[in-house]
Amino acid sequence: MERFHKTLAEGVELVMTQTKQFKTGVFSVTLTTPLQEDTATAYALIPDVLYRGSRMHPNIESLSAATDELYGASLGPAVRQRGESQSVGFQCSFIDDHYALDGMAVLEPALALVGEILLDPYTVDGVFDAEFVSSEGSNLADRIAARINDKRGWSIFRLVQEMCSQERYAVDKLGDAQRARAMTAEELWQHYQTLLAHSHVTFYYGGSAELDRVEQAITRSFAPLLQDRQAPVECQVVAKPEHEQVREVTDVLDVTQGKLALGFRTGGIAVNHPQLPALLVCNALYGGTAHSKLFTNVREKMSLCYFASSLLDKIKGLMVVSSGVEFSKFSVAREAILSQLEAIRQGEFTEEEMQAAIRSVINALVSRKDSQGLMEDDCVTTSLTGGDPTQVDDLAQQVEQVRKEDVVAVAQVLGLDTIYYLTGEEA
Amino acid sequence: MELREYTLLGEKVYRQRLDNGLEILVDVRPEYGKQFAFFATRYGGMNLRFRSEDGHWVDTPAGVAHFLEHKMFDSEEGNVLQIMAANGAVDNAFTAAAITGYYFECTRGFEENLHTLLSFVSTPYFTKESVDKEQGIIAQEIRMCLDDPDIEVYYQLMETMYQNHPVRVRVAGSEASIAQITPEVLYRCHEAFYCPENMVLCVAGAVDPERVTALAQQVLPDTRGHLGQVDLGEQEPAAVSCAYVEREMPVSVPVFELGIKGIPAPAGQELRQQLVGELVCDVLFGSSAPLYTKLYEDGLINGNFGGDYEAVPGCAYLMAGGESRDPRAVRDAVVAEAQRLCRDGIDPNLWNRLKKAAYGSMVRRLNSLEDTCIELAQNYFRNEDYFHFPQCFQSIEWEDAKTLLEQWCVPERVALSVVCPVGTAGQERWE
Repeated sequence: MERFHKTLAEGVELVMTQTKQFKTGVFSVTLTTPLQEDTATAYALIPDVLYRGSRMHPNIESLSAATDELYGASLGPAVRQRGESQSVGFQCSFIDDHYALDGMAVLEPALALVGEILLDPYTVDGVFDAEFVSSEGSNLADRIAARINDKRGWSIFRLVQEMCSQERYAVDKLGDAQRARAMTAEELWQHYQTLLAHSHVTFYYGGSAELDRVEQAITRSFAPLLQDRQAPVECQVVAKPEHEQVREVTDVLDVTQGKLALGFRTGGIAVNHPQLPALLVCNALYGGTAHSKLFTNVREKMSLCYFASSLLDKIKGLMVVSSGVEFSKFSVAREAILSQLEAIRQGEFTEEEMQAAIRSVINALVSRKDSQGLMEDDCVTTSLTGGDPTQVDDLAQQVEQVRKEDVVAVAQVLGLDTIYYLTGEEA
Repeated sequence: MELREYTLLGEKVYRQRLDNGLEILVDVRPEYGKQFAFFATRYGGMNLRFRSEDGHWVDTPAGVAHFLEHKMFDSEEGNVLQIMAANGAVDNAFTAAAITGYYFECTRGFEENLHTLLSFVSTPYFTKESVDKEQGIIAQEIRMCLDDPDIEVYYQLMETMYQNHPVRVRVAGSEASIAQITPEVLYRCHEAFYCPENMVLCVAGAVDPERVTALAQQVLPDTRGHLGQVDLGEQEPAAVSCAYVEREMPVSVPVFELGIKGIPAPAGQELRQQLVGELVCDVLFGSSAPLYTKLYEDGLINGNFGGDYEAVPGCAYLMAGGESRDPRAVRDAVVAEAQRLCRDGIDPNLWNRLKKAAYGSMVRRLNSLEDTCIELAQNYFRNEDYFHFPQCFQSIEWEDAKTLLEQWCVPERVALSVVCPVGTAGQERWE
């Protein structure tokens, strides 16, 4: 496996993983802009509208015929958030030429199809089809509204919104439901032009093809994007809480099980930081696995929570503990969760716990390389956050070297910022 | 070990049959970071009646294969899930109508984990106390399924399509049937179906095939054991027993499952018939075929609509389902489309691109070690070599699909199962 990273123009880059491991190739094009309230909705909506039809394939049926022709290529829009940046675009997976029964080349036509969908849309009177915009706008609004259906996800989302209310990080990457419904074809068309001209562009390819061949296919199919551009990628890591008192926020909803979420700042440890490996191990030890302190003590031994686990946003430098708790046990659960962290800060964990945590982090990191989709995400994220995407595999080795004192040191800089309670109407 | 190379797919599989009858298949993938192992028995929810070693026919309660799978995770050393997790492996199991499979994946300590897998699946350890406790847990699982309209609509269809074949029986059984399960029943079923000659071990990843074989020889019994002879009921008639069945449940829109009772493939044709059957589904119900667009535009189906070919020993059928305000209209349209295709034929461009897309998605699945091992195992159980699918594909013509459509898509073979909103049974359609 070999990785490449090449600048095609200012603000336009190609990241590539050349490997014969898979039967398929993966290609993505990602347009990244600062995440802003005024543009988030439109940018999230654009890929959905583009995916309804291009000039040459003006409806879903003919687009799906085109992907069938490419041996059932799978192609879809993607909207991602990385720090204060919003990334939108398309991902496409298609079989490697080697496996095409009729000996056809699949790579070039697949990239051409993605380029056509992104750059040559179906238009009516010079703008998007109004019907596409209104139906996709209401689909997007439904998706935004549906966030609340998953109460666990919702509690984490709300916690982070509150915690980062002074940062653009709190803007929803999908935008706003009302704006989505009200979007007109003309308005969206203007945003589309701005997006193409002013976003940072990342192409990714993972598969067996050579760099030259991929670059040529990109040059042919994405020419309008290969122009210099000033497009900053923004991510602001706030090292510690900016208020002395821990903030507490409560929402009331018609729920039978309470949710308790705790948000921490990681002391500035995030991607490309030397202490990131120790943070990963600390998180696994604390609440990242079925062997963690939160799982074995708070959930199993004390039976305080239906679930309790911790997760990291390693781009933004946040750690979130998420738990399901009976309303009457909120405060005792909160104290138990915090006391487990205190135990790690005091070095109260066994060598066996430490090794199980390291094993689980390495297992997760190594397994990611067996998935083309996860590898794409890792490589694109690394390059967008200023790291070297050809070095993404080094992390597992660094995790191996983490020692007990490293974990303790990281635990000591974790700063509790905000606590979120989701409680029921009857509580 | 025998080495088979599949040049079209670029795969190498090492195979060996041990003296005790166990088949081992190792798909070596040197570039993968993780290893996957799948240990399965040709035994599932439909294998209820068998002849035991003493020559007597034994009837076992519905749900016993699934119950046994749950209980295999108990060992004298404790719960196997926790033992494996401490070693960094993620493991699990499933029971279907004709197969029970146990598996794990890991990136380190593969041999130790494989040792644990082989040893817990081959060592029964049941106590009265743990069986009693499990009855409570599985009863809850069964009750939960009773609230699930998708499961209900499926079994309602199976019960009307099949009169004798035990594929109609719920894999999990019922609360009443699992209440009859005792440690003795479990030991008996384990003895009859978990003997090495009824099992297969499939491994994929960067592993040494010789080491896999050596470990299996070391851990598993040397003797073949006594394989239970299975009775799958009396000859199944060609027709469904009732063309339409419905029941009420709390759903907002009717949920339906349309079944087309087919003809089991002759020996040696099972993989081929599966590929033909799947292509027929793409032609009839697939999202890039003309009928789908028409039904969608007419508001008769939504994005949840889809269908597939299914087969287990002794039966084969097509199924398509989703949500609709008028399931009968969907059924009529599907049957009419089948007749039209038999009469007018298919646009060769459409046929070719559906074939390409189906082939491509099978190739794509090989990226997943899990999917690969499960397919290798299931095809071994029907004496097929899964990695022959490219050659199989190349040999399939429209005539094959047409023959299947002509023989299967006839009114007496079609059944419609509907779960409708409470208080609306007996309606023609739902507005």
